[in-house]
Amino acid sequence: MANIKRSPWLLHYDGSSCNGCDIEVLAALTPVYDAERFGVMNTGDPMQADIFLITGGINAQNQATVKQLYDQMPRPKVVVAVGVCACTGGIFKDCYNILGGADTTIPVDIYVPGCAARPQAIIDGVVQAVELFQQRSDEHDALVKQNKEGREK
Amino acid sequence: MGKRSVIPFGPQHPVLPEPIHLDLVIEDERVIEAIPSVGFVHRGLESLVDKRDFNQMTYVAERTCGICSFQHGMGYCEAVEHIFDVDIPIRAKFLRTIWAELGRMHSHLLWLGLLADAFGYENLFYQAWRIREKVLDMIEMTTGARLIFSVNKVGGVIKDITADQLRIIDGTVTEVEAELRDLEQVFLEDSTVKSRLVGIGILTKEQAHDLGCCGPVARASGISCDMRRLGYAAYSMLDLEPVVATEGDCFARCKCRLYEVYQSVDLIRQAITKMPKEQELAVPVKGNPNGEYFMRLEQPRGEAYYYVKGSGKPFIDRLRIRTPTFANLPGLCEMLKNTELSDVGLLVVTIDPCISCTER
Amino acid sequence: MTNLGLKNEIREIPVENLLNEVLVLKKQGMRLSQACAAYINEKFELSYSFSDDAAYELINLRVVIDPQTQVPSITELIPQAVFYENEMKEIFGVKIEMISLDYENKLYRIKQTAPLGPKQETEVKA
Repeated sequence: MANIKRSPWLLHYDGSSCNGCDIEVLAALTPVYDAERFGVMNTGDPMQADIFLITGGINAQNQATVKQLYDQMPRPKVVVAVGVCACTGGIFKDCYNILGGADTTIPVDIYVPGCAARPQAIIDGVVQAVELFQQRSDEHDALVKQNKEGREK
Repeated sequence: MGKRSVIPFGPQHPVLPEPIHLDLVIEDERVIEAIPSVGFVHRGLESLVDKRDFNQMTYVAERTCGICSFQHGMGYCEAVEHIFDVDIPIRAKFLRTIWAELGRMHSHLLWLGLLADAFGYENLFYQAWRIREKVLDMIEMTTGARLIFSVNKVGGVIKDITADQLRIIDGTVTEVEAELRDLEQVFLEDSTVKSRLVGIGILTKEQAHDLGCCGPVARASGISCDMRRLGYAAYSMLDLEPVVATEGDCFARCKCRLYEVYQSVDLIRQAITKMPKEQELAVPVKGNPNGEYFMRLEQPRGEAYYYVKGSGKPFIDRLRIRTPTFANLPGLCEMLKNTELSDVGLLVVTIDPCISCTER
Repeated sequence: MTNLGLKNEIREIPVENLLNEVLVLKKQGMRLSQACAAYINEKFELSYSFSDDAAYELINLRVVIDPQTQVPSITELIPQAVFYENEMKEIFGVKIEMISLDYENKLYRIKQTAPLGPKQETEVKA
């Protein structure tokens, strides 16, 4: 399985963002910027998704939703925080209903800065996520193989 | 009579770019009642008035929503300018108008794309978004950013549009108009599109009035109400007639928004020809706001309210933003009654929901 | 075109007259376009904005009350006011009675009680 290149599925969820980054995530996937040429595809189903793009900070209500979406994704998985709100809470950090960035709830691997994050930056983040996903999948496969051999002995 | 059950819709759903949750009470395949529950995007932005002074609040107001961000900033600035009772330079008014209309164009093109996506016409979705990128390029050329462009300040604007850039804008809006004429044939003539839109989710004029709908949702039901006629920014110097349809169904809402893009193109052309030459871009504003004002303006999604109250301190007492989607939510609940479950996603999209605005 | 929307007034009324005034404006064919609360100088200032679609007039009814005063809900007259009233109740802690669809402070589901209301009541919900 080591030589297989993977084409991960993207899942996008809007935390409590201002909508700017969400629209840029969609714009990055449409043909003008076309992130899909790097072998990813958007999906609405967390159970199939491999890369989780999250925009916006975490608030009291969506915390459980974000956690659930993350848990529903199969392992291995990669999380990309898009935009400064998802990274740290951004301009809304001092608001009463914002707990902070996405990493207050789920582990984040890649941080994409910007307010709103530009499509170029998002594509860069996605490409890094694809590489990280490949690496994690290989490790995962090696682990599975090891376990299987262990059982056979 | 069939069996009643409750189906949750959202917050994470393929047709929704943003999270909203609806509890749909259904009987067989028919929706009896819809109860929305919001709060997934609630940040509490209005509480920041204690921590940011009235100049800094411009940038917070802009981040209410990433799509109509310019208009949010403009609404807040105009409200504060009313309290100060200052008159901003005419050129700044025209510049605000041009950016506001470019914002409206990209918002409506975005919506047309999302609508196409909601009824499963992916090709049309991509075409609408391809045209939209041209509008964003114009915005980026003049302001340096694509969505949140922060060119407003209390007392005017901070950037000018040069004569060369105005020529490019003039040419590009003509291109956009021509390309949209091609797409219009698909949106308004294609039988597959019509079969999904005509006669679905009808909102009568009386219902729209009673439920307090605004913007394209109200205009598609025959209410001729467009806050741009109040004449804020430079709209008092431009000719404009509200785009009104009478059917009140999804098709009428689609038609209204489509024609409003042409209207915006027309307004931008008018603004370019009527704009005065070189002038300063902002007037200095001294002191702190003392007083209160209700500012109304027409956003891509409808009328928005900005209530600012200050008491002579750098930190204002209260900023209230009432966004159009908030006013259209009761209309949406009414539209959803007695529709097929499969149309729910489409109907939610046709009010052009901007949840980030709604919950602030 | 420039003579539109000149009327933009704030009309202060006592809380007992609220329902009456709302009914009068409703019968005149005006539309409730906004309602909000503000907590300024230890008083609640409630604003109900009514606008007219033909002449673009705007009339704001202003009720100034103590935080403990009960306010009648206008949802019996104007059902679409539920979201505005629930918002006032949850974020400011305005005591509004008999809202037709009361979310019981669960509209936004925020952790704090009345974050923008009187400070001494601010505490984290269990």
